[in-house]
Amino acid sequence: MEDMLFYDRLQFAFTITFHYIFPQLTMGLSLIIVFYKGLYLRKKLEKYNDAAKFFMKIFAVNFTMGVITGIPMEFQFGTNWAKFSELTGGIIGQTLAMEGMFSFFLESSFLALFIFGEKLMGQKLHFLTGFLVFLGSWASGYFILATNAWMQHPVGYEILDNGKFVLENFSALFTNPWLLPAFLHNQMASVVTSSFVVASIGAFYILRNKNIEHGKLFLKTGVIFGLVSSLLVAFPTGDWNAKNVAKYQPASFAAMEGIFETEEAGAEIVLVGQPNMVEKKLDNKLAVPNILSFLTYQDWDKQIVGMDHFEAEELPDNIPALYYSYHIMVGLGTIFIGLMSLSAFFLWRKKIYTIKPLLWAIMFLVPFPYIANITGWYVAELGRQPFLVYGLLRTADGVSPTVSSGNTLFTLLGFVALYMLLGLLFLILVGKTIHQGPKHQTH
Amino acid sequence: MEIFWFLIIAVVLAMFFVLDGYDFGAGIIHLFYAKSEKDKEVVAKSAGLFWDSNEVWLVAAGGMLFMAFPTFYASVFSGFYLPLILVLWLIIFRAIGLEFRSQFNYQMWKDIWDKSFGVSSLLLALFFGIALGNIVRGVNLGVVEQGVSTHEAHFFFLPLWNSSFSPLTENPGVIDWFTLIIGFISVVTLTIHGANWIIIKTNASINSKLKNVIFKLNVTLLVLTIVSLVCWQIVNPKALSNFTEKPYLLIFPMLYLTGLIGLFFIKKFKKDNYGFICSTLLIIGGISSSLASLFPVLLPSINDVNESLSIYNTAASEYGLSVAIGWGIIGIILIFVYMIVQKRLMGGKIDHMDYGH
Repeated sequence: MEDMLFYDRLQFAFTITFHYIFPQLTMGLSLIIVFYKGLYLRKKLEKYNDAAKFFMKIFAVNFTMGVITGIPMEFQFGTNWAKFSELTGGIIGQTLAMEGMFSFFLESSFLALFIFGEKLMGQKLHFLTGFLVFLGSWASGYFILATNAWMQHPVGYEILDNGKFVLENFSALFTNPWLLPAFLHNQMASVVTSSFVVASIGAFYILRNKNIEHGKLFLKTGVIFGLVSSLLVAFPTGDWNAKNVAKYQPASFAAMEGIFETEEAGAEIVLVGQPNMVEKKLDNKLAVPNILSFLTYQDWDKQIVGMDHFEAEELPDNIPALYYSYHIMVGLGTIFIGLMSLSAFFLWRKKIYTIKPLLWAIMFLVPFPYIANITGWYVAELGRQPFLVYGLLRTADGVSPTVSSGNTLFTLLGFVALYMLLGLLFLILVGKTIHQGPKHQTH
Repeated sequence: MEIFWFLIIAVVLAMFFVLDGYDFGAGIIHLFYAKSEKDKEVVAKSAGLFWDSNEVWLVAAGGMLFMAFPTFYASVFSGFYLPLILVLWLIIFRAIGLEFRSQFNYQMWKDIWDKSFGVSSLLLALFFGIALGNIVRGVNLGVVEQGVSTHEAHFFFLPLWNSSFSPLTENPGVIDWFTLIIGFISVVTLTIHGANWIIIKTNASINSKLKNVIFKLNVTLLVLTIVSLVCWQIVNPKALSNFTEKPYLLIFPMLYLTGLIGLFFIKKFKKDNYGFICSTLLIIGGISSSLASLFPVLLPSINDVNESLSIYNTAASEYGLSVAIGWGIIGIILIFVYMIVQKRLMGGKIDHMDYGH
């Protein structure tokens, strides 16, 4: 049984991690595509339309990957987490079914029209289809976050004698205090990823001395979107989320911040350090006093409860992973703000196109927003442990009762192999599109 | 309320099989009949342009099943663990086949992805039929051994097959001779459907030949249908009792029969889409007849210990189901609006459609 839980969790973690490489780009990129298409409508400069169509090609590849790695996510609720599905399907089934109805149909219908219908529809309708694709992809994010918000902070439910959760108040699912901050934070983070992708392709073209006009446009767009979004990720949305964790999941908050002992008067913020789970302390700690209390409660001397305050079975089961995920996310977020501020400064001084080290940095930093997005989700998911529905349903009680660990290991290995192939093909395709450049017309 | 959601989900599932069915069928035609590069390209495109919006219907059906009948969703998805994961992998292989074949103009590359598309389409069609066969045959709910349930009454687990390949044992596997027959019916039906789609959507050189193919396959289908009805009686003697008790349900087998008879006149049809309408009737009739024969049961139990899963003992709460009707109706109206818009803009033959053209 122990094995079973481990393989189920590993398979879900692996498939969702791989899956989330794609939606985080499509959500942010659709916004940038709509922006380019809108600019084209106003200014009638061909380069804006080229940009919109070029990124739509990259979007389309990502969308396909998102669909084919997304179907396994929906299936896995039933295949690997049958008990969880049975007990909570009446509630999270609502938001998941709404995602299918209100966003997937919208996205997939209008994506085909956007890609194939420019000549058929005229520019204004083409802009509209692009906008609807954007709307669909953000709606999808909203419904997934609504589902996750309920698992993080359950509301509007009633528990029957047989352990089933039944819906008592539908609108509570959408007024959940966890939802809006998490949604905005997630969407801003996806804009960060997309901005870095756009800026990095721009930097690549400038450094290669190819497609210079488009390269400059991409770099400029990427830096401006990147600066705004990386600031918004941290404040107010990130801050708002951290306060929610402190309020609704204090045990997770203590674990992610690395506070082993309750600090009565003003908690320090840990910048660096490795959790030592044997001695229950941080090794090589580097911390700034009183900052955490101030950030969380706007009060320098407010008490923050540490992990010593909780029973072992209330604490997340992998504290180091949670702690590192959180610190990697925050650290990278800080670097993004720094780099984007610097780039924006040189963009304003019109020097950015000639500063090669900065262009190289922008180009090579592109994997890091992906890492920040994914570690951010690890914080949410590891922080919720050992529960599936926080405080109410334990992860160990959610697995499929009849599926053996051997079967799960078999399918896990299959997914690993298949996704390696997918990842390779994805890189080849995106690489080819970037190589052909925004001027390329498919016959 | 349960009946309402049962009907909605049945319609969505039928839509999935009608829509994605034609691109599965196109894959099978592609595998066996498309020989020239031009035909291969256009047949692949007739599926490639549409598969992702068609597969949304599967996702939607899954989501609604999860919401409306969570116990059924949990039971069936975990019970059919292995075949479902195999289906996922096949869906992935099919999609990459379609999306990647024309990315490089290099014969071996195209051949690899063509086979990936064709073979996974064939296997998926087979698996969907087998799945339907499993549902009408029923499973050992509660994993009863010697008269005692070893798990909760609504859970089960099926191996891919057992050594006897017989549906009449205590613990049948996913694949047995009965479900295989249903699987073959599904393959033949979807191949006909795909061929009809290619005739409507393309100017491929094989189109005139495909009408012959459809005719021959239809003869096969007639034979298989009769065989399956006999086998169904053997596997489950009460299989058709719903139809004798409620004769109005016979409308569903009539749909199937109309499609089947209609397709014998495929060579005489003046309009291309008559054939497609007939094969659509086949699919809708086949699925609806199967569901109607079980109703209100969703998954029969083959032991005497545990009762079958029905729409009543697996449904979510009354409140949840009724609140979902509100957004469900809005959603369905929107979906039909999208479909009409898409149809108007992307109707007609697709041979010359391309990025930005």
